Amino acid sequence: MPTETLIWLIPVPPLLAFFLILLFTRRNNGLSHTIAVAAAAISWLLGMLVFLAAIGVEHLGEHPFESAVGWLPLGGSVFSIGVLIDPLSAVVLFFVAWTVLMIFIYSIGYHNFGQPKGEHDHPGLPPHGAVAHGHHVPSIEPMYARFFAFIALFAFGMFTLVVSDNLLTLFVGWEIMGLCSYLLIGFWYAKPSARAAAIKAFMTTRIGDVFMLLGIVALYSATGTLNFREILYNEHTLELLASTPTMVFGLSAAGLIGLLLFIGTVGKSAQFPLHVWLPDAMEGPTPVSAMIHAATMVSAGVYMVIRMFPLLSAGWHEGGALTTTMTAMAVIGAFTALFAATIAMTQKDIKRVLAYSTISQLGYMIAALGIGAYVAAAFHLVTHAFFKALLFLGSGSVIHGVEHGVLHTGEHIDPQDMFNMGGLKKKMPITFWTFLIGGLALSGFPLITAGFWSKDEILADAFAHGQMPVFIVLALAALLTAFYTMRQITLTFLGTPRTKAAEHASENVRTMTLPLVVLSVFAIGAGWVGIPDHFPGIGGLLPSWFHEFVGGTLLEHPHAPDFNIVPLLTSLVVALGGLGLGYLVYRNAGQTDPLRKPLGGLYTLLENKYYVDEFYERVFVKPAIAFADFISSVLDRQVIDGFLHRVARSAFSLGGVFRNKFDAPVINGFGDWTAGITKSFGRVLRKIQTGEVQQYLIFVALITFGGLFYYLLNILQ
Amino acid sequence: MDFINNNILSLILFSPIVAGLIVLLLPGENKQLARRVALGLSLIPFILTVIAWVGFGAAPEVDGFRYQQQVEWYPAINSSYHVGVDGLSLSMVLLTTLLAPLAILASFSVEDKVKTYMFLFLALETGMLGVFLSLDLLIFFVFWEIGLVPMYFLIDQWGSASGERALWNGMKVPARRYASFKFMVYTMAGSLGLLLAIQVLGVVSGTFDMLALFQSWPSVTGTLFGFPTETVKAVAFWAFAIAFAIKVPVWPFHTWLPDAHTEAPTAGSMILAGVLLKLGAYGFLRLVIPLYPEQAHQYAGVLALLATLAIILGAFAAWGQRDFKRLVAYSSVNHMGFVVLGIAVAAFAAGTEDAAIALNGAILQMFNHGISAAAMFFLVGVIYERTHTRDLEEWGGLFPLVPVFGALLILSSMASLGLPGLGGFVSEFLVVRGAWPVFTVYTALSMIGLLFTGAYILKGISKTLHGPLNEHWKGHLTEINRRELLVMAPLVVLMLWLGLWPAWLLNVINQAVVAFFG
Repeated sequence: MPTETLIWLIPVPPLLAFFLILLFTRRNNGLSHTIAVAAAAISWLLGMLVFLAAIGVEHLGEHPFESAVGWLPLGGSVFSIGVLIDPLSAVVLFFVAWTVLMIFIYSIGYHNFGQPKGEHDHPGLPPHGAVAHGHHVPSIEPMYARFFAFIALFAFGMFTLVVSDNLLTLFVGWEIMGLCSYLLIGFWYAKPSARAAAIKAFMTTRIGDVFMLLGIVALYSATGTLNFREILYNEHTLELLASTPTMVFGLSAAGLIGLLLFIGTVGKSAQFPLHVWLPDAMEGPTPVSAMIHAATMVSAGVYMVIRMFPLLSAGWHEGGALTTTMTAMAVIGAFTALFAATIAMTQKDIKRVLAYSTISQLGYMIAALGIGAYVAAAFHLVTHAFFKALLFLGSGSVIHGVEHGVLHTGEHIDPQDMFNMGGLKKKMPITFWTFLIGGLALSGFPLITAGFWSKDEILADAFAHGQMPVFIVLALAALLTAFYTMRQITLTFLGTPRTKAAEHASENVRTMTLPLVVLSVFAIGAGWVGIPDHFPGIGGLLPSWFHEFVGGTLLEHPHAPDFNIVPLLTSLVVALGGLGLGYLVYRNAGQTDPLRKPLGGLYTLLENKYYVDEFYERVFVKPAIAFADFISSVLDRQVIDGFLHRVARSAFSLGGVFRNKFDAPVINGFGDWTAGITKSFGRVLRKIQTGEVQQYLIFVALITFGGLFYYLLNILQ
Repeated sequence: MDFINNNILSLILFSPIVAGLIVLLLPGENKQLARRVALGLSLIPFILTVIAWVGFGAAPEVDGFRYQQQVEWYPAINSSYHVGVDGLSLSMVLLTTLLAPLAILASFSVEDKVKTYMFLFLALETGMLGVFLSLDLLIFFVFWEIGLVPMYFLIDQWGSASGERALWNGMKVPARRYASFKFMVYTMAGSLGLLLAIQVLGVVSGTFDMLALFQSWPSVTGTLFGFPTETVKAVAFWAFAIAFAIKVPVWPFHTWLPDAHTEAPTAGSMILAGVLLKLGAYGFLRLVIPLYPEQAHQYAGVLALLATLAIILGAFAAWGQRDFKRLVAYSSVNHMGFVVLGIAVAAFAAGTEDAAIALNGAILQMFNHGISAAAMFFLVGVIYERTHTRDLEEWGGLFPLVPVFGALLILSSMASLGLPGLGGFVSEFLVVRGAWPVFTVYTALSMIGLLFTGAYILKGISKTLHGPLNEHWKGHLTEINRRELLVMAPLVVLMLWLGLWPAWLLNVINQAVVAFFG
């Protein structure tokens, strides 16, 4: 089969799985998950075949795999959609296929397949556990099959997004994932908190989406196409866009469109100020968190801006001043990286720490792109997807293990609170070691982990481009990252158990641990494809393949930064320093955070996430609700309808005047005279006047249509 | 076959009313028989439409219209029975003949005066089809008015039995009486001007034939009745525009809509939202833009502004509702705003690529909205029949009780929201794309409406299905039944089909756009 056909087929199996499960197999759990996992595996296989074919092509950037068909006939032209695999989409496809498959497999164990049904379990609530042979055991998720249907649709959305050759179908995939995140964050919909979180996620990302939609139509209006290659691999179009002025902020067309699209990413990739939905999205089951946060949805936002980079940076040349749009990205990205990292330091919930960490790491990528570090941003996107998926699944494994302990002991504690854990290293060794690998990768532990190489490249780029403020902010954020990661590892796995439940935690089934092991391989190995050639000691041992390959996506191959010792030393210091500090502060922590006292009010501020949610609630949500109320009950009902009623009332009184002053004396006088004649006529007619409205109506209709029929008959003759 | 081919439009047009008469004349009081006969016969116009659709490309074309048929009707004033279709009217005819059987199937739960109900319904169908098929202004007007009468009675007699509406001095009237009266009088108020303006055109041009008028009327100059032609045309333009604006409805003429939709019986709401609103938009496209290109261009900005207000305020108003059916009703104001925005673009920038894209979008949006609004109203009807309430606060957490219904509600809501992959997205995208270069600020503002579309759609879903289960309904709420699934099935298929592969419909629409506005 030609590679193009394989590419078209990649998104299909999960979509089929979605419909199959929902329509036919939803009552059969085993069959449902088999279909879903098989679909993910087929997509994975297709993805790997395509990836291998792609890396085998020399200068793939110039000769990508492309195929398109006409979709919408519009006026004199046809809007086409199709698939495209160039270097960027090839690497994204690689990590998406792997992480998706791992998450699917993990979900089987996570949702307790093979366990009995819980007596008190209800659809829409997390399972409470069951009693079997006198023991408390976990019970299977009541909506087990439905979960697989939803994540299959989610996977379909992501694959569609990755293989799209145009912005419109990318947006289709983007929005389908938005729907799935809504459905999955609200998977346990009977919990009011989950319901609220789902709505919040959908609405917050939708703010970004409507801007993105404007960006798409503006681009389409300006260029007459949405095809990536025609716009982004076309010097002429880019120059034209960069030189067309607009009325907004003195931006060029490219700048304005880029900014609008970027706002879409701010929503989807949870950048400040639209970051608020992501931590709440932890209400969903853990595989969902992994899916949304690591592998797919938030990555999609970053993928889109990386994809559109030639447009965002149109008019910019390496070493030159940043465009307005790029500056906006650099500022928002760097700020978000630090901002979210500070919040992550104080969170108790093991998943929320990771959520803020995700926001922070995405900020890294955005900032990198903002300063023109194209390849570094893509590199960090790939490595982050692996190690963050690993961490999320690992945290799910931890929670699952502690929940087991909770069931066993009957304690009423929050199984997600890290201050209820401790000492899990011995109870859950596989989870511990894999989580440690993921954590070290996130912290950028030198040389061996993937996170080190990608983060180092971003810092090196920032330094080399002379973007000192960005460099300093990102370095600080890296320090905090290492610190809160070690805090998490120490609180969770090291020391002694703080509760009975933690004491009785146990390692999970193989369907859960196997994906952890696989992902931890990538959390280390994914970095080795991008070791800079000039790195002291080990540079050049492995070819710096990633830069060469992904850089080819652009018209002009970007330069790798020259080696400089300052960013490298910075990387080493912040990573090791943060890890060390984290261990020192938390190794003997009890049930309260040792930082709470020394930080005082600052700690409360961070713990409450700078009160952004409260601020939005008061400034945006409440006024909007009041406005909606005003529109429906005052404007429509009182103002507009009030006017109509007044008109009706005047007509009514006017009618009264006519009747009393004109009708009665004048007409009726005449009428009485004619009445005599009419009466006799009326006697005849009375027979058909029954006073029933329906009957009148039938007469009216009969006569009207009878007339029409007469003419119809004429026609037919 | 020749007979069918030669008279296909007349057969489509009159078969529903014939079917209605047959139902009416059925002997006895067997309700089930009346329902089945009505349903069976209502499939005839649909099948005929499909035949017309298949043969559309091959049918001979005169002045852009196919399957034309013209017969003398009122020779004294040069009005004739003249019917014909292009891509615009044919897609609306398809929508009508498709929704009618579904609405009739949805009405199987009506127990009161079944025969009369079915007759009115089928008469309504003929009325609506007549508007889409007419190529003569007078005939157009006749059908325009005919459609009103059955709907008035459907709301007044079969509408929801409870509820009151306060008028003035504490005077109260039953809500359905209020709604039906408002619907009827409001539309008729608009029709008055329309009728007068039609007379003006007829008197000046000596014909009511649309094809002739398209040629002659826009180029009339000099003075008419002692006034400058421009003035007369502007007055006539507004007479047309207001009549259609009330029907669409364009903000601020919309307040009849939530009342009528909410009080109408389920199937009535389906047809109201599905087809009747399209009559107004159709009037703009078929008559206003071709007959008054200059005035349309001149006042397009006003129309665009009102469309934007409809989009934004419609969304907010929908969000503010507690009554689910009212919420869905207001969503029509919001969605039809995009249709009107597309029409405004076409009026302003006729002949450009932007106009062609916006028009394709607007017409597709008419079709898509017909499908999704009908589905939404039907689903609201399904749950209303079981719980006898429409108050969102009285439900909650119903998903586990009615999983299939819930899935359908989410799907239809998402289609209504314009989720990519389902119908509404393509059309909204095309309208926004066409409008952006022409009315940039309005387009940007309309995004506020699009954002809050999400808010009210999610409100509907979450208040009904999600959250803690309201234990009151346990054991009292039954799952959607097979007949109801049968109503939903074609709608669901169309939502997906139009979302994934809209070309089958756009091909036909685009032909009309290119021929008529190109």
